[in-house]
Amino acid sequence: MALAALSTSTAQAPADTSRKSSPVALFLLLPGILYLVLFFLTPLVSLLLTSFKAPTEFGDFGQFSYAFRWENYADVIATYWPHIIRSFGYALAATFFALIISYPLAYFIGVKARRWPLLQSLALVMVIAPFFISFLLRTLAWKQIFSDESFLVTSLKAMSLLAPDAHVTGTAFSVIFGLTYNFIPFMTLPLYTTLERLDVRYLEAGSDLYASPFHVFRKVTIPLSMPGIVAGTLLTFIPAAGDYINASREFLGGTGTQMIGNVIEANFLVLQNFPAGAALSIILMSVILVFVSIYVKKSGTEELL
Amino acid sequence: MATGTFAESGADLELVGIHKRFPGFTAIEELNLIVPAGSFFALLGPSGCGKTTTLRLVAGLEAPTAGRILLGGKDVTNQKSFQRPVNTVFQSYALFPHMTVLENVAFGLRRRKMADPVEKAHEVLRLVELDHLASRRPQQLSGGQQQRVALARAIVNRPALLLLDEPLGALDLKLRRQMQLELKTIQEDVGLTFLHVTHDQEEAMTMADTIAVMNKGRIEQMGAPQELYELPRTSFVANFLGQSNLFTGPVVGTTSAGISVDVAGQKITVPVDRAHRTTGDITIGVRPEKLTLHRSKPSHDPRANVMGPGRVIDVSFSGVSTQYLVEVPGVGKLIVFAQNMTFGSEIREGDEVWLSWAIDHGFGLEDDPANAPRFSPDLDTRTIAAQHLLEEA
Repeated sequence: MALAALSTSTAQAPADTSRKSSPVALFLLLPGILYLVLFFLTPLVSLLLTSFKAPTEFGDFGQFSYAFRWENYADVIATYWPHIIRSFGYALAATFFALIISYPLAYFIGVKARRWPLLQSLALVMVIAPFFISFLLRTLAWKQIFSDESFLVTSLKAMSLLAPDAHVTGTAFSVIFGLTYNFIPFMTLPLYTTLERLDVRYLEAGSDLYASPFHVFRKVTIPLSMPGIVAGTLLTFIPAAGDYINASREFLGGTGTQMIGNVIEANFLVLQNFPAGAALSIILMSVILVFVSIYVKKSGTEELL
Repeated sequence: MATGTFAESGADLELVGIHKRFPGFTAIEELNLIVPAGSFFALLGPSGCGKTTTLRLVAGLEAPTAGRILLGGKDVTNQKSFQRPVNTVFQSYALFPHMTVLENVAFGLRRRKMADPVEKAHEVLRLVELDHLASRRPQQLSGGQQQRVALARAIVNRPALLLLDEPLGALDLKLRRQMQLELKTIQEDVGLTFLHVTHDQEEAMTMADTIAVMNKGRIEQMGAPQELYELPRTSFVANFLGQSNLFTGPVVGTTSAGISVDVAGQKITVPVDRAHRTTGDITIGVRPEKLTLHRSKPSHDPRANVMGPGRVIDVSFSGVSTQYLVEVPGVGKLIVFAQNMTFGSEIREGDEVWLSWAIDHGFGLEDDPANAPRFSPDLDTRTIAAQHLLEEA
């Protein structure tokens, strides 16, 4: 269901025709199924098995053997619960801000700019253009802009808008800013695809039926663009919750802003505590799955999807 | 806008000197119109004549370039659409797909904070006989049912003025007839003012008290359906509202009763009070069903016009009547509708015939004959077909 929510198509699948199963259909599905088994199911099972591993007796550092050590989960939750909570808090905040920024942008491109196709495509290109530059470079550039000696920060300090000993990088603000910035295109594009097909005649009908522009927006535009909102928020929230670049100390984060992704990275690559890293990954995955299922159910977009 | 109360009755609609220009073309030019309260008024015209734009101006979905819109004597030109006591039944119905039928109908009531919106919505759904489908979604209904929901959604608000934008266009013929009668009944029951935009002349004539025929952003003629049909003022009206046989010629004589026109050597008379021009070259006409076919030259009758001889070039049988196409040398092709009073067609293709009609049935047009297109059945069907194609696109 969660995966179905990612598709922005409002067109209803012709249910009667697609239900037919035949050997040909199975045969055509075979490459896809094989691919999934090989590259999704196998690593998932492997990850699950690793998360229960116990350190090898008399083994070297970073050596583990198969076991059923469920305490791994209790351990990582006890140690890393602030990171887990912080991750979802940051991801929620970033999703919220990305939605607030992207919706007007997508509405402008998809509805207001319809009369000028050239402007529409130009604006779309501008949304996608940052993808041409590495995500790492762009985040580093923000680090420069937010660094203590930067023009922006020194000016803010000179105007006493920022305390003389304040920092911007390494704060929750800069991490949420970085997440929001990096995921705006993922929010804007699905919103654009639904808003682009929004029939303005519904808006006229709403206005004709005594609804003020605000009410038309709340009662007609928002519900009709719900598939885009759901798709966009999922495409932002899921990767943002597991992101480890923005929050890392080399980029916009600091020691106090570490997210679950940073901890997983550290456990796998630095501490070589593979079972802890695997357990954290499984926890991240399960929490997201639960979140998303509740969200899709609550938003009532199943029939619009 | 009256909040919390319904309009007591329909309101007069008055359009004063309305102009609407879009970049590159003028949709409406100097439109003056009064729709009396409680009437069923039809704006009739071909695609692109400005009738839908007029409707959108009244609904407040477009702003006029110049002119004023008055509703019940109150200037509403600068009011937004949601502030006007006007509701529209859209051509596309525009039913909200994310709401049930009931919520669609209750939408306007809720926005105006009416008491018991759900009860009122059920009531109006019972009126259009769709209450049993109240919990369905619009897309689960048939076209005819959707149309009735759209109508219910508009009339439940008891607007002072109800606008209908070709709402029956998507229905099949039988359903359309049924809906025409229902609409008329509802209009009489609730006493609202209806402004109905259509390109279907039959629909306009069956339903409306008053018809305004629009062409190229202007009103060509306005009046009761019968008046418009029997005494068209321009060749556009004569041909758009039904069909006409038109002849052009110089006036050769005037008496107190009628003026005589020389049409390719044949003297045709029209009553003075039915002619809009009385001197020079004029265009006169007669409706095809007023013509009588004769196998031999009819005896002279001072109360009838006679034309002929001509040759029947086409006969098409359509059940209640038969349509004949008669070629009269020097005059052109004439169209004749004859009731099928006997079995089969007595006159066949290639027969030589004379035509006659009562002088009282003729009419004289206001147009300058130089600009008046001569009636040509072939061209007309083609234009009609082209129009249908345009509408479908």
